[in-house]
Amino acid sequence: MRLDLRTLLVLLLLAGLAMLPLAAALAGEPYWMRFWARVMILALAAVGLNLILGFGGLVSFGHAMYVAIGAYAVGILRFHGVEGGLPDLLLALVASGFLSLLIGAVCLRTSGIFFIMITLAFAQMSYFFFVSLENYGGDDGMRIASGTRLGPLHLQDSLTLYYTSFLLLCAALFLSWRLVRSRFGMVIRGARSNQQRMAALGFPTFRYRLTAYVISAVICALAGVLLANLTLYVSPAYTHWTRSGELLVMVILGGLGTLFGPLVGAVVLLLLEDVIAHFTQHWQLFLGPILILVVLFARGGLLGLLAPRGKAASSGGEPHG
Amino acid sequence: MSTTLLLIQTLNGLQFGIMLFLMAAGLTLVFGIMNLVNLAHGSLYMMGAYFAAAGASWSGNPLLGILLAVPATLLLGVLVELITLRSLYQRDHLDQVLCTFGLILFFNELARLLWGSAAIPMPIPEALRGFVTLFPGLIYPKWRLAIILVGLLVALLLYLLISHTRLGMLIRAGASNRPMVGALGVNISLLFTLVFGLGAALAGLAGAMVAPLLSVEPGMGDPILILTFVVIVIGGIGSIRGAFIAALLVGLIDTVGRAFLPALLRELFQTQSASTLGAALASMLIYILMAAVLFFRPRGLFPPKGQ
Amino acid sequence: MAEALLQTLSLVKRFGGLTATDHLSLEIGRGELHAVIGPNGAGKTTLIAQLAGELRPDSGQILFDGQEITTLPVWRRPHLGLTRSYQITSIFRDMTALQNTALAVQAHAGHSFRFWRPAARDPELLEPAREALRQVGLEERAAVPAAALAHGEQRQLEIAMALATKPKLLLLDEPMAGMGPEESARMVELLLKLKGELTILLVEHDMDAVFAVADRISVLVYGRAIATGSPEAIRGNEEVRRAYLGEDALQV
Repeated sequence: MRLDLRTLLVLLLLAGLAMLPLAAALAGEPYWMRFWARVMILALAAVGLNLILGFGGLVSFGHAMYVAIGAYAVGILRFHGVEGGLPDLLLALVASGFLSLLIGAVCLRTSGIFFIMITLAFAQMSYFFFVSLENYGGDDGMRIASGTRLGPLHLQDSLTLYYTSFLLLCAALFLSWRLVRSRFGMVIRGARSNQQRMAALGFPTFRYRLTAYVISAVICALAGVLLANLTLYVSPAYTHWTRSGELLVMVILGGLGTLFGPLVGAVVLLLLEDVIAHFTQHWQLFLGPILILVVLFARGGLLGLLAPRGKAASSGGEPHG
Repeated sequence: MSTTLLLIQTLNGLQFGIMLFLMAAGLTLVFGIMNLVNLAHGSLYMMGAYFAAAGASWSGNPLLGILLAVPATLLLGVLVELITLRSLYQRDHLDQVLCTFGLILFFNELARLLWGSAAIPMPIPEALRGFVTLFPGLIYPKWRLAIILVGLLVALLLYLLISHTRLGMLIRAGASNRPMVGALGVNISLLFTLVFGLGAALAGLAGAMVAPLLSVEPGMGDPILILTFVVIVIGGIGSIRGAFIAALLVGLIDTVGRAFLPALLRELFQTQSASTLGAALASMLIYILMAAVLFFRPRGLFPPKGQ
Repeated sequence: MAEALLQTLSLVKRFGGLTATDHLSLEIGRGELHAVIGPNGAGKTTLIAQLAGELRPDSGQILFDGQEITTLPVWRRPHLGLTRSYQITSIFRDMTALQNTALAVQAHAGHSFRFWRPAARDPELLEPAREALRQVGLEERAAVPAAALAHGEQRQLEIAMALATKPKLLLLDEPMAGMGPEESARMVELLLKLKGELTILLVEHDMDAVFAVADRISVLVYGRAIATGSPEAIRGNEEVRRAYLGEDALQV
């Protein structure tokens, strides 16, 4: 990884995140930990989405569904009195893996706008499905009695959750980095660049894209488990399409096709929401136009703005930081 | 399950379908001719409803509110097109999705700012309140019938416009071969603005007419938007005929399905949870239909010729 | 004549009322460079598309190396040894020339479910990739992003990518499209060098090039082969002259 301005800034950001709980304790603001935990959890989901969106060119407008699956896994298990971390993780991973395999297999038969619409449609279906689960709160959602317990670690404890999220985020970023440069990653990137040529060269791209889709879904489900621990609450709103939209915005805002884009995007988006919300409850009024301006004029996102001179934000070669 | 109930739900399905057609016609034209994915179409629908409600409470006359809402939404649409959408025509679909998603956020919040989060009232126009007897034993709300009739009239007018006027010819040409139309020396910018304005007017009409029936609140356009996309995907992008048939199909399946599937399943399986499952399944029906269409006929049921 | 590597048997393809391929039966012998020429609209691109698997014939058969491949999916054909290049350059514009070629090598280096090691440093991919670039004369430009290459270089890259798949038969779709005389001469040199190493089916408009490299020529008119034979035979063929009447293409 090149050590340019962008990578430096991101490493600084990560260092800052690592030390935040200390700062929060010193400043007497425990709320900071919850806020930044939320940032990191959503960044984790965005990293998952970035795998297929940023590098694969697959615009999924339904990835919040997998976050919801992860959260509901925890909620449903706890509702039935099942404690313990392993069941939480297993159910989240198996459910999201299995469903994404089925759903991805259908969606990946389409491309372009149809792919966007069909992923959106599945997300809607999952919304109605969760709403119909009256035992588990239906439209209102349900409280989760206790968080995930992994051995001595209680994830509902703020500090534990914070550092678990931090570690998982770093792990996901590292995984992304290796994945994208590997042979597997080259197939995904090639399929984004020129799907027809990939087939003509002899690549059965479907199976690779499906695998990437499943991996991204499982990462989102993991984020969902963490989210359930943060809020101790789950509802169908977690799978609403505007939540998928938010994930898309994070990836785009940070910079499509970059490794750290999802993290930067999550930080900026959630900070923006928080800051503007202090001035007006109508912060979404500004979010919309900001998004439009970024898409129209800052095509490579924020990391694109900081790119070294002469280098396009989403150029090929090594995926940059 | 009485015949009367079935007939009423079928009429409701038709009414819903006609409203979806008004939405889908605009969206499919914009997508087919300008290759623009416009998620903010639902916002135009919402603004149409708000304009109607606002006009009704300002003038005291709901019908006037509805009539004024249509040109108001048309103007709003043209404004949006000139300011933001112009720059999107050359961009790829992802950019368009994101920008128009930004517009949705903006308009939803604008509605919240101007009119608050709670639903605002919109009465049915006086002349069309109450019921009408269609057959002995079958009474139906006048307003819903009015929507069906107006919708069919608009469909007829659209058909005449598309097939018998010069503008319609340009629209059809644009839907099957965009670059050619530009090469023929037609003022593309003007054509696009006209088409977009037409779509906006139709969406505004749809919103204004259903305002008395639904809650006029922020975000009311979002579920309609998704349904509208489902309709044009099923019907075939760029095809008015496809939009018409698909809209009626979706409207009927969704309404009749929601009305009868839970009861049907409960009859079959004799459990309460079957009813809940039925409700969930009913709401998923049209998405299943769309997935099936995408699988077997990726270009839709009635794609425009020449594609 | 050597046993046919590629055969089409009465291939038919219609688009509405237009018959693009009209009961076409061709034979390409092992090791030969077989050119397919014909006026515009003769159905050459449609033929290539069917051979490559991107279009499904309405009837007829395609046999490759003794195997029927008429409905074989596109991606399986290169694994049998049948690879195509594109008339309109179809490369990975956001990757370097080396990465483009390495990707082609990767397609035939086993499966790609490898998630850990960087592909950009994998000698198993890089060596054959550099070799393919050397073959077409692009090895100096390996690190250049494909989008930054000159048009002629991009056409060369097209061929390099196809070569990197180690084909038995190369389908070349107008490799000289849009090239100036210098670049065309270089491409002819390359084709002469490749001749004999592998079998080539060449679709081209550039008659000078065709007559310089082809072992046999088939002339396609309205989807039918009106003549097949050696360059001299084709040059002297009355029907062929008539088909090209008005074009000075045959004034070689």
